Amino acid sequence: MTPAQRESPAQQFGPGERVRVRRAYPPGHLRTPWYIRGHSGVVERVCGAYPNPEELAYARSGLPAQPLYRVRFLQHEVWPGYRGNAQDSLDVELYQHWLEPA
Amino acid sequence: MHAHHDHDHPHPTQPDTTDALSYYQVMEVALRELLIEKGILSADQVRRQVEDMDSRTPAHGAQVVARAWSDPAFKARLLADGNAALEEIGLERGPYKLVVVENTPASTETGPGVHNVIVCTLCSCYPRWLLGLPPDWYKSRSYRARVVHEPREVLSEFGLDLPADMVVRVHDSTADMRYLVLPARPAATQGWDEQGLAGIVTRDCMVGVALPKP
Repeated sequence: MTPAQRESPAQQFGPGERVRVRRAYPPGHLRTPWYIRGHSGVVERVCGAYPNPEELAYARSGLPAQPLYRVRFLQHEVWPGYRGNAQDSLDVELYQHWLEPA
Repeated sequence: MHAHHDHDHPHPTQPDTTDALSYYQVMEVALRELLIEKGILSADQVRRQVEDMDSRTPAHGAQVVARAWSDPAFKARLLADGNAALEEIGLERGPYKLVVVENTPASTETGPGVHNVIVCTLCSCYPRWLLGLPPDWYKSRSYRARVVHEPREVLSEFGLDLPADMVVRVHDSTADMRYLVLPARPAATQGWDEQGLAGIVTRDCMVGVALPKP
Protein backbone atom coordinates (compact mmCIF):
# COMPACT_ATOMS: atom_id res chain seq x y z
CA MET A 1 0.00 0.00 0.00
CA THR A 2 1.36 3.43 -0.93
CA PRO A 3 1.43 6.31 1.57
CA ALA A 4 -1.21 8.09 -0.52
CA GLN A 5 -3.64 5.20 -0.04
CA ARG A 6 -3.07 5.29 3.70
CA GLU A 7 -3.82 8.99 3.92
CA SER A 8 -7.05 9.72 5.74
CA PRO A 9 -9.74 11.48 3.69
CA ALA A 10 -10.08 15.19 4.51
CA GLN A 11 -12.45 16.08 7.30
CA GLN A 12 -15.68 17.19 5.60
CA PHE A 13 -17.69 18.54 8.52
CA GLY A 14 -17.06 20.80 11.48
CA PRO A 15 -18.74 21.26 14.87
CA GLY A 16 -22.23 22.76 14.56
CA GLU A 17 -22.74 21.56 10.99
CA ARG A 18 -25.94 19.73 10.12
CA VAL A 19 -25.45 16.23 8.68
CA ARG A 20 -27.65 13.35 7.61
CA VAL A 21 -26.87 9.67 8.17
CA ARG A 22 -27.00 7.70 4.93
CA ARG A 23 -30.02 5.43 4.69
CA ALA A 24 -28.05 2.38 3.59
CA TYR A 25 -28.25 -1.25 4.61
CA PRO A 26 -25.06 -2.97 3.44
CA PRO A 27 -24.14 -6.41 4.78
CA GLY A 28 -21.21 -6.97 7.14
CA HIS A 29 -19.96 -5.59 10.44
CA LEU A 30 -21.31 -2.05 10.84
CA ARG A 31 -20.96 0.49 13.62
CA THR A 32 -23.84 2.68 12.45
CA PRO A 33 -26.92 1.76 14.47
CA TRP A 34 -29.95 0.88 12.34
CA TYR A 35 -32.18 3.27 14.30
CA ILE A 36 -30.22 6.37 13.31
CA ARG A 37 -29.95 5.79 9.55
CA GLY A 38 -31.75 8.46 7.54
CA HIS A 39 -31.88 10.91 10.48
CA SER A 40 -30.20 14.28 10.63
CA GLY A 41 -28.36 15.91 13.50
CA VAL A 42 -25.60 18.36 14.31
CA VAL A 43 -21.88 17.61 14.65
CA GLU A 44 -21.10 17.88 18.38
CA ARG A 45 -17.35 17.35 17.95
CA VAL A 46 -14.76 15.85 15.65
CA CYS A 47 -13.10 12.86 17.35
CA GLY A 48 -10.13 12.30 15.04
CA ALA A 49 -9.53 9.63 12.38
CA TYR A 50 -9.81 5.91 13.14
CA PRO A 51 -9.33 2.74 11.08
CA ASN A 52 -12.61 1.72 9.49
CA PRO A 53 -14.16 -1.03 11.67
CA GLU A 54 -16.06 -2.39 8.65
CA GLU A 55 -12.64 -3.40 7.25
CA LEU A 56 -10.97 -4.28 10.56
CA ALA A 57 -13.71 -6.85 11.17
CA TYR A 58 -12.40 -8.84 8.22
CA ALA A 59 -8.74 -8.65 9.30
CA ARG A 60 -7.93 -5.90 6.80
CA SER A 61 -5.99 -2.76 7.73
CA GLY A 62 -8.97 -0.41 7.97
CA LEU A 63 -6.86 2.22 6.21
CA PRO A 64 -7.27 4.91 5.19
CA ALA A 65 -8.57 5.94 8.60
CA GLN A 66 -12.00 7.55 8.55
CA PRO A 67 -12.76 10.83 10.32
CA LEU A 68 -15.10 10.08 13.23
CA TYR A 69 -17.73 12.48 14.55
CA ARG A 70 -20.06 12.68 17.52
CA VAL A 71 -23.40 13.74 16.08
CA ARG A 72 -26.20 15.05 18.30
CA PHE A 73 -29.80 14.17 17.38
CA LEU A 74 -32.96 15.43 19.02
CA GLN A 75 -34.86 12.55 20.60
CA HIS A 76 -38.27 13.75 19.43
CA GLU A 77 -36.98 13.86 15.83
CA VAL A 78 -35.67 10.29 16.03
CA TRP A 79 -38.50 8.54 17.89
CA PRO A 80 -42.13 9.27 16.98
CA GLY A 81 -44.13 9.84 20.17
CA TYR A 82 -41.01 10.47 22.32
CA ARG A 83 -42.05 11.48 25.82
CA GLY A 84 -39.67 13.95 27.42
CA ASN A 85 -38.09 17.37 27.14
CA ALA A 86 -37.98 18.81 23.59
CA GLN A 87 -34.22 19.33 24.03
CA ASP A 88 -33.50 15.72 25.10
CA SER A 89 -30.77 14.43 22.82
CA LEU A 90 -28.98 11.35 21.64
CA ASP A 91 -25.29 11.50 20.67
CA VAL A 92 -23.94 8.83 18.33
CA GLU A 93 -20.39 8.26 17.04
CA LEU A 94 -20.44 8.07 13.25
CA TYR A 95 -17.71 7.67 10.64
CA GLN A 96 -17.53 10.18 7.83
CA HIS A 97 -18.45 7.75 5.05
CA TRP A 98 -21.89 7.40 6.68
CA LEU A 99 -22.59 11.14 6.66
CA GLU A 100 -23.75 13.60 4.04
CA PRO A 101 -24.54 17.32 4.27
CA ALA A 102 -28.13 18.00 5.36
CA MET B 1 -27.22 -21.97 66.15
CA HIS B 2 -24.04 -23.70 65.21
CA ALA B 3 -22.28 -23.93 61.92
CA HIS B 4 -22.47 -27.68 61.41
CA HIS B 5 -25.47 -29.46 62.68
CA ASP B 6 -25.24 -33.16 63.40
CA HIS B 7 -28.32 -35.10 62.72
CA ASP B 8 -29.42 -38.31 61.11
CA HIS B 9 -31.42 -37.21 58.10
CA PRO B 10 -29.92 -36.40 54.71
CA HIS B 11 -30.51 -33.07 52.97
CA PRO B 12 -30.94 -32.92 49.21
CA THR B 13 -27.66 -31.78 47.74
CA GLN B 14 -27.39 -28.73 45.51
CA PRO B 15 -25.91 -30.05 42.25
CA ASP B 16 -22.76 -28.42 40.98
CA THR B 17 -23.26 -26.46 37.76
CA THR B 18 -23.97 -29.00 35.10
CA ASP B 19 -24.96 -26.62 32.31
CA ALA B 20 -23.44 -27.62 29.01
CA LEU B 21 -21.05 -25.05 27.52
CA SER B 22 -22.54 -22.78 24.88
CA TYR B 23 -21.12 -22.70 21.36
CA TYR B 24 -19.08 -19.55 22.07
CA GLN B 25 -17.78 -20.90 25.38
CA VAL B 26 -16.54 -24.01 23.57
CA MET B 27 -14.91 -21.82 20.92
CA GLU B 28 -13.19 -19.72 23.61
CA VAL B 29 -11.80 -22.81 25.36
CA ALA B 30 -10.65 -24.31 22.06
CA LEU B 31 -8.92 -21.10 20.95
CA ARG B 32 -7.25 -20.58 24.33
CA GLU B 33 -5.99 -24.16 24.43
CA LEU B 34 -4.63 -23.91 20.89
CA LEU B 35 -2.80 -20.64 21.64
CA ILE B 36 -1.24 -22.22 24.72
CA GLU B 37 -0.35 -25.46 22.90
CA LYS B 38 1.35 -23.53 20.12
CA GLY B 39 3.30 -21.47 22.62
CA ILE B 40 1.77 -18.14 21.57
CA LEU B 41 0.40 -17.48 25.06
CA SER B 42 1.04 -19.19 28.36
CA ALA B 43 -1.68 -20.22 30.81
CA ASP B 44 -0.04 -17.91 33.33
CA GLN B 45 -0.30 -14.95 30.94
CA VAL B 46 -4.01 -15.60 30.47
CA ARG B 47 -4.48 -15.87 34.23
CA ARG B 48 -2.53 -12.66 34.83
CA GLN B 49 -4.65 -10.80 32.29
CA VAL B 50 -7.83 -11.96 34.03
CA GLU B 51 -6.36 -10.98 37.39
CA ASP B 52 -5.39 -7.56 36.04
CA MET B 53 -8.88 -7.01 34.63
CA ASP B 54 -10.53 -8.02 37.89
CA SER B 55 -8.32 -5.64 39.87
CA ARG B 56 -9.82 -2.64 38.09
CA THR B 57 -12.74 -1.18 39.98
CA PRO B 58 -14.97 1.90 39.89
CA ALA B 59 -12.77 3.30 42.70
CA HIS B 60 -10.43 4.63 39.99
CA GLY B 61 -13.27 6.54 38.34
CA ALA B 62 -14.44 7.83 41.75
CA GLN B 63 -10.94 9.21 42.36
CA VAL B 64 -11.16 11.14 39.07
CA VAL B 65 -14.59 12.57 39.93
CA ALA B 66 -13.53 13.56 43.45
CA ARG B 67 -10.50 15.39 42.07
CA ALA B 68 -12.66 17.19 39.48
CA TRP B 69 -15.06 18.28 42.22
CA SER B 70 -12.18 19.61 44.34
CA ASP B 71 -10.11 21.31 41.65
CA PRO B 72 -11.90 23.39 38.96
CA ALA B 73 -8.74 23.64 36.83
CA PHE B 74 -8.41 19.83 36.82
CA LYS B 75 -12.08 19.55 35.88
CA ALA B 76 -11.52 21.82 32.89
CA ARG B 77 -8.56 19.70 31.76
CA LEU B 78 -10.56 16.50 32.30
CA LEU B 79 -13.40 17.75 30.11
CA ALA B 80 -10.95 18.90 27.43
CA ASP B 81 -8.77 15.75 27.35
CA GLY B 82 -9.89 12.85 29.55
CA ASN B 83 -6.88 10.61 28.92
CA ALA B 84 -4.29 13.28 29.72
CA ALA B 85 -6.15 14.09 32.95
CA LEU B 86 -6.08 10.42 34.01
CA GLU B 87 -2.33 10.32 33.45
CA GLU B 88 -1.92 13.51 35.42
CA ILE B 89 -3.25 11.85 38.60
CA GLY B 90 -1.27 8.65 38.12
CA LEU B 91 -3.93 6.51 36.44
CA GLU B 92 -3.52 4.58 33.22
CA ARG B 93 -4.11 6.71 30.14
CA GLY B 94 -6.11 3.86 28.63
CA PRO B 95 -6.40 2.27 25.18
CA TYR B 96 -9.37 4.42 24.06
CA LYS B 97 -10.15 8.11 23.94
CA LEU B 98 -12.06 9.07 27.09
CA VAL B 99 -14.91 11.55 26.69
CA VAL B 100 -16.11 12.99 30.00
CA VAL B 101 -19.66 14.36 30.01
CA GLU B 102 -20.73 16.64 32.83
CA ASN B 103 -24.06 16.70 34.63
CA THR B 104 -24.93 20.30 35.38
CA PRO B 105 -27.64 21.86 37.54
CA ALA B 106 -30.07 24.41 36.09
CA SER B 107 -28.83 27.98 36.34
CA THR B 108 -29.82 31.40 35.07
CA GLU B 109 -26.58 31.62 33.05
CA THR B 110 -26.31 28.14 31.53
CA GLY B 111 -30.02 27.36 31.23
CA PRO B 112 -31.70 24.06 32.04
CA GLY B 113 -29.93 21.31 33.95
CA VAL B 114 -28.37 18.45 32.00
CA HIS B 115 -28.23 14.76 32.89
CA ASN B 116 -26.05 12.35 30.90
CA VAL B 117 -26.43 8.59 30.56
CA ILE B 118 -24.22 6.12 28.68
CA VAL B 119 -25.13 3.06 26.63
CA CYS B 120 -23.55 0.94 23.94
CA THR B 121 -26.47 -0.21 21.81
CA LEU B 122 -24.24 -2.38 19.61
CA CYS B 123 -22.43 -4.40 22.29
CA SER B 124 -20.96 -3.45 25.67
CA CYS B 125 -18.32 -0.73 25.09
CA TYR B 126 -17.33 0.62 28.50
CA PRO B 127 -14.20 2.31 29.97
CA ARG B 128 -13.01 -0.98 31.46
CA TRP B 129 -9.51 0.22 32.25
CA LEU B 130 -11.05 2.87 34.48
CA LEU B 131 -14.22 1.30 35.91
CA GLY B 132 -13.58 -2.45 35.63
CA LEU B 133 -16.02 -4.82 33.98
CA PRO B 134 -19.46 -3.45 33.07
CA PRO B 135 -22.44 -4.62 35.12
CA ASP B 136 -24.66 -7.30 33.61
CA TRP B 137 -27.56 -4.91 33.14
CA TYR B 138 -25.35 -2.64 30.98
CA LYS B 139 -24.87 -5.55 28.58
CA SER B 140 -28.52 -6.66 28.65
CA ARG B 141 -30.58 -6.36 25.54
CA SER B 142 -33.37 -4.55 27.34
CA TYR B 143 -31.15 -1.74 28.74
CA ARG B 144 -29.41 -1.29 25.37
CA ALA B 145 -32.64 -1.27 23.39
CA ARG B 146 -34.69 0.87 25.76
CA VAL B 147 -32.45 3.57 27.21
CA VAL B 148 -31.91 5.16 23.78
CA HIS B 149 -35.59 5.81 23.19
CA GLU B 150 -37.18 5.97 26.65
CA PRO B 151 -34.34 7.11 28.92
CA ARG B 152 -36.61 8.75 31.49
CA GLU B 153 -38.65 5.59 31.98
CA VAL B 154 -35.50 3.44 32.29
CA LEU B 155 -33.88 5.86 34.75
CA SER B 156 -37.07 5.88 36.77
CA GLU B 157 -36.85 2.08 37.05
CA PHE B 158 -33.35 2.59 38.49
CA GLY B 159 -34.96 4.88 41.08
CA LEU B 160 -33.88 8.11 39.39
CA ASP B 161 -36.79 10.43 38.58
CA LEU B 162 -35.59 13.49 36.72
CA PRO B 163 -37.52 16.77 36.60
CA ALA B 164 -39.28 17.37 33.27
CA ASP B 165 -37.31 20.58 32.66
CA MET B 166 -33.96 18.79 32.93
CA VAL B 167 -32.41 17.86 29.56
CA VAL B 168 -31.47 14.19 29.23
CA ARG B 169 -28.55 13.38 26.96
CA VAL B 170 -28.04 9.77 25.97
CA HIS B 171 -24.60 8.89 24.58
CA ASP B 172 -24.42 5.82 22.38
CA SER B 173 -20.86 4.48 22.55
CA THR B 174 -20.84 3.07 19.02
CA ALA B 175 -17.21 3.40 17.98
CA ASP B 176 -13.83 4.51 19.36
CA MET B 177 -14.79 6.76 22.29
CA ARG B 178 -15.39 5.62 25.85
CA TYR B 179 -17.46 7.66 28.29
CA LEU B 180 -17.45 8.75 31.90
CA VAL B 181 -20.29 10.75 33.44
CA LEU B 182 -19.07 13.48 35.77
CA PRO B 183 -21.96 13.84 38.23
CA ALA B 184 -22.80 17.21 39.80
CA ARG B 185 -21.31 17.63 43.27
CA PRO B 186 -24.04 17.44 45.90
CA ALA B 187 -24.38 20.71 47.84
CA ALA B 188 -24.28 18.85 51.15
CA THR B 189 -20.64 17.84 50.60
CA GLN B 190 -19.16 21.28 51.18
CA GLY B 191 -15.84 21.03 53.00
CA TRP B 192 -15.40 17.29 52.33
CA ASP B 193 -11.95 16.01 51.40
CA GLU B 194 -11.28 14.05 48.21
CA GLN B 195 -11.34 10.70 49.94
CA GLY B 196 -14.72 11.41 51.47
CA LEU B 197 -16.06 12.64 48.14
CA ALA B 198 -14.80 9.55 46.28
CA GLY B 199 -16.72 7.40 48.76
CA ILE B 200 -20.10 8.57 47.43
CA VAL B 201 -19.25 8.22 43.72
CA THR B 202 -20.51 4.80 42.72
CA ARG B 203 -20.22 2.96 39.43
CA ASP B 204 -23.84 3.69 38.52
CA CYS B 205 -23.30 7.44 39.05
CA MET B 206 -20.51 7.32 36.46
CA VAL B 207 -22.72 5.50 33.91
CA GLY B 208 -25.50 7.98 34.61
CA VAL B 209 -28.25 5.79 36.08
CA ALA B 210 -27.88 7.17 39.62
CA LEU B 211 -26.82 10.31 41.49
CA PRO B 212 -24.25 10.47 44.30
CA LYS B 213 -25.88 10.57 47.72
CA PRO B 214 -24.01 12.12 50.64
